[in-house]
Amino acid sequence: MSVAIPLSELPVGALAAVVAVEIDGPVGRRLRDLGFRPDAAVTCRRRAPLGDPRVYELAGSQICLRRSEASGIQVRPTQAPPTGSDNE
Amino acid sequence: MSEAIAGASVTPLRLGLVGSPNSGKTTLFNALTGLRAKVGNYPGVTVERREGDATIGGRALRVIDLPGTYSLDPISPDEAVVRQVLEGQIADVATPDGLIVTVDACTLERSLVLVAQVLALGLPTCLVLTMTDELKARGGEIDHALLRDALGIPVVGVVGHRGLGLAALRALLPDPGAWERPAVPPPVDDADRNGWVVSVLDRVLVKPAARSARTEAIDRIVLHPVLGTLLFTVVMVLFFQLIFAWATPAMDAIDGGMGQLGEFVRLTLPAGFLADFLADGVIAGVGGVIIFLPQILLLFTLLYLLEDVGYMARAAFVVDRVMGRIGLEGRAFVALLSSYACAVPGIMAARTVPSPRHRLVTILVAPLMTCSARLPVYALLIGAFVPATSVMGPIGMQGLVLLGLYLLGALSALAAAAILNRTVLRGESMPFYLELPPYRVPPLRLVASQVWGAASAFLKRAGTIILATSMVLWMLLTFPQVEVPPELPAESAAAYQLERSAAGTLGRALEPFIEPLGFDWKIGVGLVASLAAREVIVSTLAQIYAASEEDEVSLREAIRTDRHTETGELVFTPATVASLLVFFVFALQCMSTLATIRRETNSWGWAAFAFGYLLVLAYGASFVTYRVVDAFA
Repeated sequence: MSVAIPLSELPVGALAAVVAVEIDGPVGRRLRDLGFRPDAAVTCRRRAPLGDPRVYELAGSQICLRRSEASGIQVRPTQAPPTGSDNE
Repeated sequence: MSEAIAGASVTPLRLGLVGSPNSGKTTLFNALTGLRAKVGNYPGVTVERREGDATIGGRALRVIDLPGTYSLDPISPDEAVVRQVLEGQIADVATPDGLIVTVDACTLERSLVLVAQVLALGLPTCLVLTMTDELKARGGEIDHALLRDALGIPVVGVVGHRGLGLAALRALLPDPGAWERPAVPPPVDDADRNGWVVSVLDRVLVKPAARSARTEAIDRIVLHPVLGTLLFTVVMVLFFQLIFAWATPAMDAIDGGMGQLGEFVRLTLPAGFLADFLADGVIAGVGGVIIFLPQILLLFTLLYLLEDVGYMARAAFVVDRVMGRIGLEGRAFVALLSSYACAVPGIMAARTVPSPRHRLVTILVAPLMTCSARLPVYALLIGAFVPATSVMGPIGMQGLVLLGLYLLGALSALAAAAILNRTVLRGESMPFYLELPPYRVPPLRLVASQVWGAASAFLKRAGTIILATSMVLWMLLTFPQVEVPPELPAESAAAYQLERSAAGTLGRALEPFIEPLGFDWKIGVGLVASLAAREVIVSTLAQIYAASEEDEVSLREAIRTDRHTETGELVFTPATVASLLVFFVFALQCMSTLATIRRETNSWGWAAFAFGYLLVLAYGASFVTYRVVDAFA
């Protein structure tokens, strides 16, 4: 069992399970509404040209988050990247 | 819209359309009502409340297209509207008799949160699964009958733009009272609702959709760190190049047509004030603006295509880091990009920005984005004074200058936002999330209807505000009539009269203030007239020059050769042209924009602030430009 890390530290292409959204107020609520719920599977798909924001795949849609929001979401990496990174 | 609602004789059945952005909500709205509302691929494009009427099964229906929202816990003003309408909290807006929730079949999991919240309201509700064709193409499958059992409400699968499933939906709509209602509404508590979502998914989702192969393939290039940035630049360069190059033939044709119409009026009517009024006032004034219709059509076609295809959200992703630097976010970028068409929809699009403070910043800098009303002014000056030479292949000098003006506007908007964020409107930075919708081929009819909406708004302006200004201006330019000294040569008589007209007197009075910018009294008259709307300066100059030249010459030619009556020097020197262009980059000369700012901020104070700071900027920048170019030229 791997340890929880912030979503922003998840390597591009890696798969993880959401542990908790540690952001209070409306932003945290909205992230949960978007599907960042405990045990939801999330992948980091891409980085923007300047490294931030990143695109995460979650519940069949692609959501783009900045480091400031992604760092408030704790995830647990579940397995090695199945297909490798897209940004090579 | 309000008159139509008040004037209805029978009370129609009110149906609210609720759904997340990109769920096909507005396409369904169009299919049901035949109304051509704007549909986009960018999350949050539907900001206004839209209503449309339909008669189905002999029953009058009013469909209310509510703003797209991911949740009924609002974090932005337009999302708050949804909740308020559904709970009947807005005066004059009755709670809908029934709700239609649109859910993109490919994102069922996420959408179930919204469905749960809507069901908790207790209104009759039916669920429309959209994009079922896309779900199938991506190998996914949802059991509609099981979904209906799990939710306890009617479920209809629809492909909006192809009309599939609409018959079944229409059969359902006239009688919401008879719709199945859930025995027990879904839980409201966060954790319990998660359990509910998982249990529903377990039952109904036979196979989840795979990634869209098309979107994957395109994004590999579009979102590539190097290629994506390159593509973004190429798209922006081409965008402005095409607007300029492709529109020219049509513009020349309109120009010629208007000239002939003026000639025809002069030949048909007896010489006198009426013929002058029609030819110089009405036809020259309105014609000088109508000529830009081809460019405006192209601008909106390209803008809507990029939006509907799904590129706009990617563009926001690519430039978000830059926007983050100045304290804004991707959605503000879209509001600013919409302001390229017109600041009015751009300012309204700022409603999708969740933080009130950042919304205000976005609104205050949106007028700096180069709106289409500036295009006529730029086109006239660039067309007249920048040589149509090629710089590199098909890339011409004129297009590059135009691009430069657009860039100057955009960079100034960013700089102004950064400064406002650090001074007048200081606070914490805005949360950011953005959905990248799958690429979709927009129905051409949809794009055409959006473009027509924009073009007809432009024509309406030409037919009202610009026509009225043209007529008033003609009178100000013509009266009072003065005695022309007999010793004056015939060719100077018209100019002599013009300078002493009411407009000429006003322009002369302004001259001390605008002389440091290199402007003469004629430009002064144009600037005053352009306070109504920027493009009016073109019709004003058209009238001034038609009034002061005996023979019909094209406006471009007229301003190119115009000389000061006393000194004999050219009026439009390179320094003056540059200074005037820069003035238009900054100044907020637009009544509609001011009225929109006042409406959106609910304060004349902010409208006055926007006007004031942009006027100071415009004056300062023009002053510097004039001095610098004058020193080098």
